[in-house]
Parts: sequence; C-alpha cells; structure tokens
Amino acid sequence: MRAPGGADLRWLIATMLALIALAPVPLVVRREDLLNLGVVFLLSVALAQSWNIIAGLAGQVNLGHAAFFGLGCLVTRSLWVTGTPIALAVAAGAAVATTAGVGVGLAAFRLRGAYFAMGTLALAEILRVTVGNVLPDISTLPATTIAAYRLTHRYYAALALAVLSVLVVAAVGASRLGLGMRAVREDEAAAEASGVGAFGLKLAAVALSTALAGLAGGVFAYYHISFYLQHPFSPAWTFDAVLITFIGGVGTLQGPVLGAAFYVLLKEYLAVRWVDVHLLIFGVLFMAIVIALPGGLSEAVQRVAGRLATSRRDAGARLTG
Amino acid sequence: MRALLQQLILGLLLGGLYGLAAAGLSLVFGVLKVLNVAHGELIMVGGYAAFWLFTLLGLDPFLALVLVIPLTAALGLGLYGSLFSFVVRFDEETRIKNSLLVGFGLALTLHALAVRVFTADERSVTTEYGGQTFALGGLVVPVGRLLSLGVALGLIGLTHLYLARARWGQAIRATAEDWEAALLQGIDVRRAYMAAFAIGTGLAGAAGSLVIVGYSISPAIGLEWTLKALIVVVLAGLGSLFGTFVGGLVLGIAEAASAMAFGGPYREVVGLLIFFCVLLARPQGLFGRS
Repeated sequence: MRAPGGADLRWLIATMLALIALAPVPLVVRREDLLNLGVVFLLSVALAQSWNIIAGLAGQVNLGHAAFFGLGCLVTRSLWVTGTPIALAVAAGAAVATTAGVGVGLAAFRLRGAYFAMGTLALAEILRVTVGNVLPDISTLPATTIAAYRLTHRYYAALALAVLSVLVVAAVGASRLGLGMRAVREDEAAAEASGVGAFGLKLAAVALSTALAGLAGGVFAYYHISFYLQHPFSPAWTFDAVLITFIGGVGTLQGPVLGAAFYVLLKEYLAVRWVDVHLLIFGVLFMAIVIALPGGLSEAVQRVAGRLATSRRDAGARLTG
Repeated sequence: MRALLQQLILGLLLGGLYGLAAAGLSLVFGVLKVLNVAHGELIMVGGYAAFWLFTLLGLDPFLALVLVIPLTAALGLGLYGSLFSFVVRFDEETRIKNSLLVGFGLALTLHALAVRVFTADERSVTTEYGGQTFALGGLVVPVGRLLSLGVALGLIGLTHLYLARARWGQAIRATAEDWEAALLQGIDVRRAYMAAFAIGTGLAGAAGSLVIVGYSISPAIGLEWTLKALIVVVLAGLGSLFGTFVGGLVLGIAEAASAMAFGGPYREVVGLLIFFCVLLARPQGLFGRS
C-alpha cells in the first residue's frame, strides 16, 4: 500500500486533527445538547463515509444503505439488552450487516448504474416493511442501563467510529484496491478490459461499506435510549448519507466530514428557528450541487484556495515586476 | 372466495391509477432517458391542486382535471427548463444517474415545500358519489373508483392518439427512437424533450387528481407512488402506453392477492419483489441494449 500523497495527505491530516480536537470536548463542555449534537455529527461522518466507499469510490449508487445501518442497529440492540457485552454486540451487528451487504452485492451487482440504485432501494424497502410488521414495538433500554447511562461513553464510541471510517477511506483510497474501484467507477467495461476484476472490487467495496454502516448502527443502538425498531431502516438514513456526501464532495476523503459539519450544524440552526425548512434548503442545495458543482464543498474550497494562491502569485509578480 | 374476489376488484381499480402514474414516468424515461424519481411528488402536487380546487371552489375532481393537467404540465415546463435541461446534455448512462440525483433533490424539495404549505395532514375529498357503490354479482364496486379507472384509461388513450397522430407526437416518438436521427431529420429535439416532459408531468397531475377521488393524499405519499410507477415501468417495459396500463392493473391485482395471502402490511412487498426479480432478469436495463 502506498501512503496517501499530496492533497489527499493534507486533507487526511486536516480531518484527523479536527476529529482529535473534538476528543477533549466532553471534559470541558457539560451541556448535554452540545454533546448530543457532537454524537449526531460523528455518527453522520461515519455513515456518510461508509456510503462514500461504495458510491464515491466504487461508483455504485446504493440507495438501500439504511438497510445495513438498520441491521447493525437491530442486531446490536437485541443482543445488548439481553445481556451480551456491548462490544461483542456491536461486532455481531457489523458482521450481520457485512454478510447481508455481500449477499446483496452478489445478487445486485449484475445491475448497472441507475438499475443498481433502484434495485437496492427496493430491497431496503422490503426489509423496512418486513421489520415494521414483525417487530412493531419501541425498544427502550432497561432501567438499570438507563441509570448507568453516560453520554460521554457514547460520544467517545462515535468519535472512535468516525476516526476509523476516515482512516478506512484514506487507506482504501491510497491502495491498489481503491485505484481499481475508481477505475470501475469511471468505466466498468474499460476497467474489465484492462484486467481489473470489477465484480471482486465491487464486493470488497460493499463489504467495507456495509461493515462501517453496521458499526454506525451499533453505536446508534448503544446511544439511543428509545426508538421504534423500524426507525433505523427508514430511507431517511440513506438520504442523509447521500446528501452529506454530495454536499461535501462525493468520492473524496474530506467530503463526508465537511458535508456532515455543514449539514448537522445548518440543520440544527434551522430547526431552532423554522421547523423542517432545512429539508427544503438541502433539497435545493443538493440539486444545485449535482448540476453546477459536482465536487461539492471540497471543490468550492479548492477553487477558492486556488484562486487565492493565483492572486497571491499575481500580486507577488506585480511587486517584483 | 367472495372476499378474495372483492379484494381483487379493489386491487384492479387501484391498479388503473398505478398504470396512469407509470405512463407519465415511462414517457419521460423512454423519450428523455431521464429517470425522474420525483414523479410521485408531482402526483402529490396534482392531488393537492385537485384537493384545493374542490375545497375552495367546490370543483369536482374529475372536472378539475381540465385545470390540473395544464397547471402541472406548466410546472413540468418550469422544472425542465430549470433542472432537467441541464441533465439531458450528458451521455445516456450519466444522464440516468444524474437525473436520479436531481430527481431525488427535487423530491426532497417538493416534499418539504408541501409539508410547509399544506401541512403534513392527510387530505381527502367527500364527493356525492364518493360513498356510492353498486353490486356486481354480490360484489361491491365503488362508483368513484370505477370512474377513475375509466378516466385513467381515457387519458392514456388520448396520449396514445397524440403520440401516434399529432405532428409533435410523432416528433416525440422519433426522438425516443433515435435522437440523433431525429435531429438530422430537422426535428427540434430539445422541444420534443420539453413537450414529452410536460406531458409526463401533466399525466402525473391527472393521476394525483384521480387519487384524491377514492383515496387520500399527504406530502409523504411521493416515494410510495414513485416506487409503484417504477415497478410498473420495469414490469411493462417501455414503448407501449397500453402495456403500461395493463402493467398497472397487474400490480394492483398482485398486491391485493398478496395482501389476502400474507396480510395487509405485506401488500407493498410483492411489488418490490417483482421489481427486483425483473431487474435481475434484465440487468442490461430497459432499453434492451446490452
């Protein structure tokens, strides 16, 4: 594996520093609403980063991502409330999500482009309806667990997962594996013709992606005190991941992190003032990005930085000239 | 047995609306090669237009079609100009993928807008014939829903006639067949795209007006109707509006049958399963080319 170089390395250092800077926050900040916002942000980073692997790196627009988040959440929750240690329960949740992901991949990777997107959306909806019918209940933590509940623990679990997700994307992105995934994304037929095994690469991408999504579901199960078991299967989780990744910059290391910060903060800000306006704004913003700025915030940042650099160079040239 | 037949009749009546909902999507997909996943939201908008025309002006939903279809078609023109005209510039594969994303953003936007303007309440209208039924060999047939089925079929017939006979209809079909050849024949492909998109949204608006006759609407129905329309399009293939209509009837009946066999909540699942299986059987997509 090569080390990430150039701009990728700078972004990796920047995002890791930003995430590390969040580590001492619970020691200083005592306000629960801010810590909850932090957990939501970190979970969003992890979920968006997990979607970024399959859709951004490998180019397979999976619109059924919520299914794997949901499976991780459901399995973790069921095992944990029946006495399994949380670490083991989360691992089991991720294992189930990964297995399901590979299974879906084996069936659905015969579909190309938009047909893959529609197929995965259909599968996730089937799972959501079925879970809602079989398990219509609210899952609430037992009283003893609630008494021992520490928000700080959830915060650090989410932070660890966010860091892990960034590291996984960085490692994959810099590896031969990531190179192959990008080749498949750009032109699957051409990649195959050049001897790249597209099917295996797509399976690797879906396995990594759903493993992270399952872990995110597990942390959600650990974090949330009470929710309908159908809730983590809602397509809204997929849509969040899609929006965040596209707003930040799809297929980049920093995109989901920038996107999550923007999305979570703006959503919080708007929700305080106007309930539900945030979806309107994000919907319009999303369309604008797809049409006019396919690189998202990352591209905007790079353009501005590039322009600053050029104007500085120009200014320097004028001074010396 | 009677209960099963009764459910199948209700499924058939609902299936007519699935067919109309899918006809608009199928036309847009077939001509522009653009997959508008906000189609269900356009149906929702049409439903609200009919709802307010009824509530404020007392206009019957069937009569309201005369206003709702032009209004939603005009909305379609606006959406084409502001969004989808940018998408049709790409090659076919990128076009479908980008239209999926733009449609997704549009769906979110229209949903949020509808919640804001119309509130999240479920709406329906009470017409004079709304509760009327007639008996058919011991089975109950609701009058309003039967009328809806007839109007849906009539609208599909009109659209078919337009595409088959009218000058611009033929231009649209030529564009769907091969846009480069159409361009060489002097057809304004951009205008054909625009016309097809407007007709597609008009049909979605009409479907929404008919939905409000026998069922209810809310801002959240969009995704469900998009999925139904997608299932029918995949089931029936592209190219024949009457085929699409029949596909809708088949889905309606299949849903009713599975609801009887496995319980009401699973009525959604059967369509999605059919959808996934047909997709797997035709992985190269709907245009028949590999």
